[in-house]
Amino acid sequence: MKPFADNEIAEIRSHFPALHQKVYGKPFVYLDNAATTQKPQAVIDRLVAYYSLENSNIHRGVHYLSQQATQAYEDARQTVADFINASAANQIIFTKGTTESVNLLAGSLRQFYLLEGDAVLITGMEHHSNLVPWQQVCKQNQAELLVAALNDKGETDLDHFAELLDKKPKLAAITHISNALGSVNPVKEMIRMAHEKGVPVLVDGAQAVAHTSIDVQELDCDFFVFSGHKMFGPMGIGVLYAKAFWLQKMPPWQFGGEMVDQVSFEETTFNQLPFKFEAGTPNVAGVLGLKTAIDFLKQYDMEVIAKHENQLMQQALEKLLTIPGMRLIGEAENRAGVISFVVDGTHPSDIGTLVDKMGVAVRTGHHCAQPVMTRFDVPGTVRASFALYNSLADVEGLFQAVKKAVMMLR
Amino acid sequence: MTIAETQQQIISEFSLFDDWMDKYNYLIEMGREVPRIDERYKTNNHLISGCQSRVWLHADMRDGKIYFTADSDAVITKGIVNLLIRVFSGRMPDEILEADTDFIDQIGLKEHLSPTRSNGLVSMVKQMKLYAQVYKLKQSN
Repeated sequence: MKPFADNEIAEIRSHFPALHQKVYGKPFVYLDNAATTQKPQAVIDRLVAYYSLENSNIHRGVHYLSQQATQAYEDARQTVADFINASAANQIIFTKGTTESVNLLAGSLRQFYLLEGDAVLITGMEHHSNLVPWQQVCKQNQAELLVAALNDKGETDLDHFAELLDKKPKLAAITHISNALGSVNPVKEMIRMAHEKGVPVLVDGAQAVAHTSIDVQELDCDFFVFSGHKMFGPMGIGVLYAKAFWLQKMPPWQFGGEMVDQVSFEETTFNQLPFKFEAGTPNVAGVLGLKTAIDFLKQYDMEVIAKHENQLMQQALEKLLTIPGMRLIGEAENRAGVISFVVDGTHPSDIGTLVDKMGVAVRTGHHCAQPVMTRFDVPGTVRASFALYNSLADVEGLFQAVKKAVMMLR
Repeated sequence: MTIAETQQQIISEFSLFDDWMDKYNYLIEMGREVPRIDERYKTNNHLISGCQSRVWLHADMRDGKIYFTADSDAVITKGIVNLLIRVFSGRMPDEILEADTDFIDQIGLKEHLSPTRSNGLVSMVKQMKLYAQVYKLKQSN
């Protein structure tokens, strides 16, 4: 399978209005996709169409618009289920994003499952959003947070992971792809290892969904979370997938309208799945936009996207490594989407400030993964992250800008 | 020279630059000349916290005037601190408290005022004014 040809990239880029602007009078090079991806026109149009003609509250109105919107909302749930190959649409819970998905799970499990003396296992490369919620639950319930170490390449030390599984944690919460290093965890293997010890697994798929196809049944993960905005969808919409067994067992996390069945002043019975986890008026426009983003993404072969991005990353690495003092942070064998680096004698924030002036958008700092920065003893990194619409011209733009910035700073 | 006059001087210096590169080269140059903070003040107590780069700021009062020293691990940030030190150091507390910072905008560094640069100008200015406030209170006691 071949990566995209130049004309195909041009076609893909034509869908993204944000890419065609100038920044400080220079062509815009957008390489901050791990923070959020740009939106195709179809997604933008979907939001406008919803608010223009379809806006109404769902699941309770008998009127025409409410029924239309409810239908569209539930169709989108099916689209999301199909996208990650969930066996049923009611295993898809809509949230604000990955962070809320993890908080929902943590907020529910802490009520009946993660209790005093228990343990939660994470890896040393987790984003704060898959670290802090578990750390706080552990603190509140006198449980222990176990952290699988990273090796010098920025890969999870699987021997250590196995050792910690022997401590019988009640849950393993692991990222699929590291947002700070680009390391791809061998999640399928890790899930198998965990299940052998009877440990359920949450996979943080925030960085994975735009770069690799996801099949939750094949992975056999118990929980999978991701955000719409990192896969060309709107901000403020995310997903929690869980096996039916867990969703039935889990108590609700937030309370209010929509999630209830019968309410009296004395007692409340809760709605069926998935509604018992979706309290209040949901982000209908976000859900519809997410469906459109998935439809957009489905036009392309995920393997081709991955190949294209890997080729760009390879080209970027080759160029960047010609800059004296260039040091990659994270050199995992299996990497996706992200190049993280520091240049000796310069500070990442200075490089970020200068390349910004040259129209290049990268991220600098700790990338909400401070323990990862501590592990590699750096104050932060410069991170270039790729998406399907990036081109060789972007790679060249990045290289020239970083080279110039380093020259200025030395 | 008053604070306003110093600010005006900086504005005219920056007006000589044709493009952003000259401007940043100048900031970088100034970053290399920051009145260095005494190593013993490079502690968490003197750190202006944020997520991009670390900035340490210390203030002393001599003869009713406040003198600032600073350091940062990022050189552009240091250049910006140095600009602020030029403007605010060696001033009486009231002068510092009353001064505005419009000159930042006028020299085209407005983006450093945005909240995303949380270690940028805003928190440095805030911290300098806080020192001024504290020393002013100490004086009146």
